[in-house]
Amino acid sequence: MSELLSVQGLETQFRTREGIVHAVNGVSFGLKEGETLGIVGESGCGKSVTVMSMLRLIPSPPGKVSAGKALFQGKDLLKMSDDEIRHIRGSQISMVFQDPMTSFNPVLTIGRQVSEPLEVHMGMNRKQADDRVVEMLTKVGIPNPRDRLNDYPHQFSGGMRQRVMIAMALVCTPQVLIADEPTTALDVTIQAQIVELAKRIRDDLGMAIIWITHDLGVIAGLADRLAVMYGGYIIETAPIRDVYAHPSHPYTLGLLGSLPRMDESGQRRLVSIDGLPPVLLEKPNFCPFAPRCKYVVERCWKENPPLMQISPDHTAACWVNPETGRER
Amino acid sequence: MAANEVLLNVVDLVKHFPIMKGVLIQKQVGAVHAVDGVSFDIVKGETLGLVGESGCGKSTTGRAILQLHRPTSGSVFYEGKDLVKLKGETLRKTRRRMQMIFQDPYASLNPRMTVGQIITEPMLIHDMTTQKDTQGHAERLLKLVGLNPAYTSRYPHEFSGGQRQRIGIARALALEPALIVCDEPISALDVSIQAQVVNLLEDLQAKLGLTYLFIAHDLSMVRHISDRVAVMYLGIIVELTTRDELYSHALHPYTQALLSAVPIPDPAIEANRKRIILTGDVPSPVNPPSGCRFRTRCPIAAEICKQKKPEFREVTPGHWVACHMV
Repeated sequence: MSELLSVQGLETQFRTREGIVHAVNGVSFGLKEGETLGIVGESGCGKSVTVMSMLRLIPSPPGKVSAGKALFQGKDLLKMSDDEIRHIRGSQISMVFQDPMTSFNPVLTIGRQVSEPLEVHMGMNRKQADDRVVEMLTKVGIPNPRDRLNDYPHQFSGGMRQRVMIAMALVCTPQVLIADEPTTALDVTIQAQIVELAKRIRDDLGMAIIWITHDLGVIAGLADRLAVMYGGYIIETAPIRDVYAHPSHPYTLGLLGSLPRMDESGQRRLVSIDGLPPVLLEKPNFCPFAPRCKYVVERCWKENPPLMQISPDHTAACWVNPETGRER
Repeated sequence: MAANEVLLNVVDLVKHFPIMKGVLIQKQVGAVHAVDGVSFDIVKGETLGLVGESGCGKSTTGRAILQLHRPTSGSVFYEGKDLVKLKGETLRKTRRRMQMIFQDPYASLNPRMTVGQIITEPMLIHDMTTQKDTQGHAERLLKLVGLNPAYTSRYPHEFSGGQRQRIGIARALALEPALIVCDEPISALDVSIQAQVVNLLEDLQAKLGLTYLFIAHDLSMVRHISDRVAVMYLGIIVELTTRDELYSHALHPYTQALLSAVPIPDPAIEANRKRIILTGDVPSPVNPPSGCRFRTRCPIAAEICKQKKPEFREVTPGHWVACHMV
């Protein structure tokens, strides 16, 4: 499998009244064809800003992508003209947003909104576009799609709206689908429906997916690889099974320990991570997790650890091996 | 104290919200059947989990118990008194012993009051303290929930979500209640912070002998914290039993589907898991289905489910379920 998308050293800042917020501090990752990459982290860790920066969706000012590259099929998305990037967004790389309630235009019909990318990118006429939209809506499981083309977003339930959003992202058969917390606003039974749908469509169309979430449960059954983010850095990446079997960063370990598990009967006390997530007003010259870390050693306060190879396909940004508690 | 002393007894609780139409002369044209005949007991010192999807009536149940919504019918017996029949001063006095923790720590604290004022206001209202003693009480309560006692003169915006939720807990504890209704107390918080708050709730229960009604939609967290669990669907309880029984032998098809939909944070297990995927959405509570409310999405629905409402019965000791097919 070849590398479809490669992000290198991405940095994004926001100018605020309190000062400059360092939201993303040198993030690098790759995405292969047909691969599903999960990006996990808590609110404010920079996971959404990373993909928004990549697609140039950061409002500027106050935001600014100050460094890095985002190579898509060898071309840097960050250096493209507005026209070129517009050509890629929505046709080759498309996005599904978290909140299906606010991401549609309430005064346009669903048919009109879902067919828009087809008219813009493919130059289809109304009739061709409508046929394609009906096909896509059928694929995502909307009953009587032809009758529903003239309905407005408020006439759909949350789960159905998320399906329509996925259909809209897929009409131009993109190579990369970015899903930003697509199930967070939904109930568990509906979440299960959407996750099944995403898997089926991925297998049908063979596209690559970047799935952003804070839920280590949902992503476990879905992703091939996982990147864990904290304080604007990727702090661990590995194939999905390795992350759960051998978490190698204390933060990943803490996240897994703080989750109650449904298949666990004992009244284990949850391992909480003390303290609060960092305020990103300054770029620290020490490990951003050090103030909350149980394994902290002197070196953590002096140098911010880079991502280090710990096994052929597994990297973690920590001076300490949490399995032994000793420095690497 | 008897081991199984019932603290709260809810009998056939109903709450309908009227739907009005008309400009000058308002006429009731229908009702949202938010809670439609819910009965359960809570034993002193236990945690009863109340789970269900959004709109199933779990929060309305919690509020109707505290008489924040006056129930349409039914009874709520708390320490022997029927709260539904109480009014004014007597209700207020009885309600002191039951408190609530709210979901949204950003909306449930008054931004213009200091933390000290927020926490001690209920004590002043109930004449449990005087103005000059409030400082001491505020400091004691902040310490109890793991916050720095020096924070009493700060305002809510200076705190993070998890800290605010601790302030909400301190306020609930101020009146020394026996029962606390926790209405999704952790769903607005980040994962690493959720564990902090849940651990705090467990510690306080052990220390102060509290009884919790824990309302949540996260089945993993409910399994962690509850002794018994009630599952709600569209205004009724469909299954009620002990935690271990529910998670190992769920009988109601809705509970089974709900449990199978919860992801487990382990890729090795997830890879081989069979899911029961429910089709469609929850029907509208304005016009709930006839007979069994779950029949429109139920994988094993039969003719009888359409005609007859299933009785909520005890199938094995302590395991209640409302389904014709069990």
